[in-house]
Amino acid sequence: MIPHDETMMLKTPFYSRCLAACEINMWDDWKGYTTPQAYTSVEQEYFAVRSNTGVFDISPMIKYRFTGPDAGAYLNRLLTRDIRKVGIGRVAYTVWCDDKGQVMDDGTIFHLAENDYRLCAYARCLDWLMWSAEGFDVTIADETAEVAALAVQGPTSCAIFKNMGFEGIENLKPFGLTRFPFEGSEVMISRTGFTGDLGYEIWIDPSLAETFWDRLFEAGKHRDIRPIGSYALDMLRTEAGFIQAGVDFIPSEEAVRTGRSRSPFELGLGWLVSFDKPVFNGRKALLKEKKEGSRYAFVYLDVEGNKPAEHAFIYDGNKEVGTVTTAAWCPTAKTNVAFAQVDAKYGKPGQELVTEIYYERELKWTRVMAKCTVIEGAVFNPPRKRQTPAADF
Amino acid sequence: MKKYDAIIIGAGHNGLTNAAYLAKAGLDVLVLEKNSYIGGATVSRELYPNWKYSNCSYVCSLLRPEIIRDLELPRHGLQVVPYGGGVTFKENGDYYGNHADHERLLREVARHSKRDASAYERYETDVMKQTRLIRPFLMRTPPDPTSLKPRDLRELSVLAKSFGSMGEEGLADTMRFWTMSIGDFLDEYFESDVIKAHLAGSGIIGTALGVYSPGTAYVLLHHYMGDVDGSVGAWGFARGGMGAVSAALSASFQSFGGTIQCDAEVAQIIVKKGKAKGVALANGDELYADIVVSNLDPKRTFLKIMDEGDLPADVVKKAKNFKIRGSSGKLNIALDGLPTFTGLPKDSPLCLGEKHFSDSLPKMERAYDEWKDGTWSKDPYVDMLIPTQIDPTMAPPGKHMMSVFVQYAPPKIHGGDWTAEDKAGFEKTVIDQISNYSPDFKDLILHCETRTPQDIENEVGLTEGNIFMGELTFDQLLFNRPFPGYAQYRGPVQGMYMCSSGTHPGGGVMAAPGANAAREILMDLKLTNTVPGGYDDD
Repeated sequence: MIPHDETMMLKTPFYSRCLAACEINMWDDWKGYTTPQAYTSVEQEYFAVRSNTGVFDISPMIKYRFTGPDAGAYLNRLLTRDIRKVGIGRVAYTVWCDDKGQVMDDGTIFHLAENDYRLCAYARCLDWLMWSAEGFDVTIADETAEVAALAVQGPTSCAIFKNMGFEGIENLKPFGLTRFPFEGSEVMISRTGFTGDLGYEIWIDPSLAETFWDRLFEAGKHRDIRPIGSYALDMLRTEAGFIQAGVDFIPSEEAVRTGRSRSPFELGLGWLVSFDKPVFNGRKALLKEKKEGSRYAFVYLDVEGNKPAEHAFIYDGNKEVGTVTTAAWCPTAKTNVAFAQVDAKYGKPGQELVTEIYYERELKWTRVMAKCTVIEGAVFNPPRKRQTPAADF
Repeated sequence: MKKYDAIIIGAGHNGLTNAAYLAKAGLDVLVLEKNSYIGGATVSRELYPNWKYSNCSYVCSLLRPEIIRDLELPRHGLQVVPYGGGVTFKENGDYYGNHADHERLLREVARHSKRDASAYERYETDVMKQTRLIRPFLMRTPPDPTSLKPRDLRELSVLAKSFGSMGEEGLADTMRFWTMSIGDFLDEYFESDVIKAHLAGSGIIGTALGVYSPGTAYVLLHHYMGDVDGSVGAWGFARGGMGAVSAALSASFQSFGGTIQCDAEVAQIIVKKGKAKGVALANGDELYADIVVSNLDPKRTFLKIMDEGDLPADVVKKAKNFKIRGSSGKLNIALDGLPTFTGLPKDSPLCLGEKHFSDSLPKMERAYDEWKDGTWSKDPYVDMLIPTQIDPTMAPPGKHMMSVFVQYAPPKIHGGDWTAEDKAGFEKTVIDQISNYSPDFKDLILHCETRTPQDIENEVGLTEGNIFMGELTFDQLLFNRPFPGYAQYRGPVQGMYMCSSGTHPGGGVMAAPGANAAREILMDLKLTNTVPGGYDDD
């Protein structure tokens, strides 16, 4: 019998530090964990990541560990990407589909060691992981609570880590992972993130979480390091062109209504699908879709004017052709961007469409029909994101 | 002698709803009730001084929001307060807490099985798919699949379109869902016994079937397809007890000029030349109307208060074969204080919801075996609530009222009537079961009303004490409820109608059968429809 825990909300291993820093008392419920929406000012937190370093507690992220002789083969069956191409010490962004080729979730797969992987996901999916594991010699464990994690993102993040004594961190390539000794144990650092900037994610035993936070902030105190909340992160990921499960698509197992889930192609993620693998979940359906065409296209839009096109309908002339899933003014790119799902034939870059935007000023609502253009990808994509060795920007 | 436009037999919630819509259309309507109080099985009764018992139905979710709003039930005093939580106690001292907060719930599921926490979301999605399919048909008359009338064809096409929108796989899932057992259904999602046991209760409540009997998955749906303020599957308490529902319906009916007569048991529906002409009361009085609506169950309607000679033999046969088996009893208990439950903090929000003491499906199946043997379950499935934690009007401050629904109890004990000894044994079984998990419970009991299925039949009039007025199995649903050819609320005799839970969409305090029947009657009378259409979920 596992003992009862009568608390309503869980606390992350960094909670004491988040609480101390959260001056404006705005909190979220992220998968049952108390996490900050903002600490002091959303704007300052956003700019911390674009100009200095921002720290976001990602501990509540769902994490699964796969070990055993068939771990790689199993993941190759589960995920759409070809995992054979993800070497030890490498990380890959991926999606996984049900047998109808509909996206169940997106996440990152970490190749930790021989026959040893970690998957970070938005949604719980152990049940599907277990069904897919029938016939494979693989052990699957939910280690969400066993691993504390922070995203440390921004142009000065590498320099701060060097200050902490992580020698050679600048040589870590994007989507690489490495380990450093820390307080008699170790910290794993991957060059990954959700902000589109130079940045890292650190993975550590929960017992060392507070110490790590303190050392990190000590090392960054002259570089204006600050914790950031989910509101700032949302602006950052929008500018960086990252889609969000539950916002830009509905995980297929949560979709009640027929036709509301999406395939990787319909999310602009066709590049994650490796048909040269003979077997993977959803392959047959995806192959059929590739041949016969998709229902929807996922597009990035550059929207005229400065009013975010939140929840807007999209038109081609008088015809409604789609809806916006995410929209924001991007403060660094100085662009008004929107992500949208449109009928498949409207996805071509350069195409001009119209968004119907409603906005309010002092209780007066105004409707604008703003022109928008389909663009190739993220509006913020700086060289420093990729540059290796990473400089002290 | 005065002639009414319509006489409704039985002042239960469906009778009152039907009457209200007919009266709203301008008809002169009389509702007759055999008891000295209205409500049927939707009552609040003071059986112990200063305590109100919802001594039949005890929680509210299915009551259609369209009707609540349209008949202005809130203005007539109805308040439905949602509750959350729920606990299934395990024999080993642990429990499963069915938290109202979604993330907290999943954390608790994960405590029993991490895999089940992830399967729970799939389960919720799949059940929601089925509720979405059925909900739009609650406020519609079932189409006759053998008819070529434009309206039937139109309604059939609505049905077909709904099924079509489920997709190929969805259609297959639906056919499976409507015919499979709740046990088999849950086994496809969960590995934890206690989680399955907690969820399976909704598949057997009021039903003379076991958790592994085909058809019980649908019964679960019947408990999920209601809503409180749009929250599908949520349940609430009617403030003041379930009698508040019938009181508000009756006030609404009376605001349209309707009349209710209590202590007026109908002995016979008067039929002359194939037409309903009125009713004869048990005291010999006769009352006349060209429209007679029975809110009694199909067996009681056709075999007790109608002359078989007035009916087609086919209807008599179908009424005799109608499945309406008694399977549940009830204890209503006045408590001197709030009982404590082993391992559960007294202020836990879980306490506000239902408590169960069956921690595995095999245990629940064995409880059903005893029913088949003709006796009450010795380790029954119990659905227990203490509404006074939320509703201050049902007991004095600091005191509590406990409602204990008990599955299974047969209508007869080994073929014979319940004796006082049997009833005492049944009561002891239930009280002992609860005491096993609540050491101070017995000492807090001030009064206990124990109701066997036989008591429920004798007092309320539900044949065999079946709470749904007929099993909710696929053979008796939709255009087969109560029987094929009679699912559109019209009886076999001109001017005679049915509006009880024995008609579509079935039992529970839903009021949809009453409203749907009113729409058909008004259509036959070529009067303007007063019954609202259903809300759309999408």
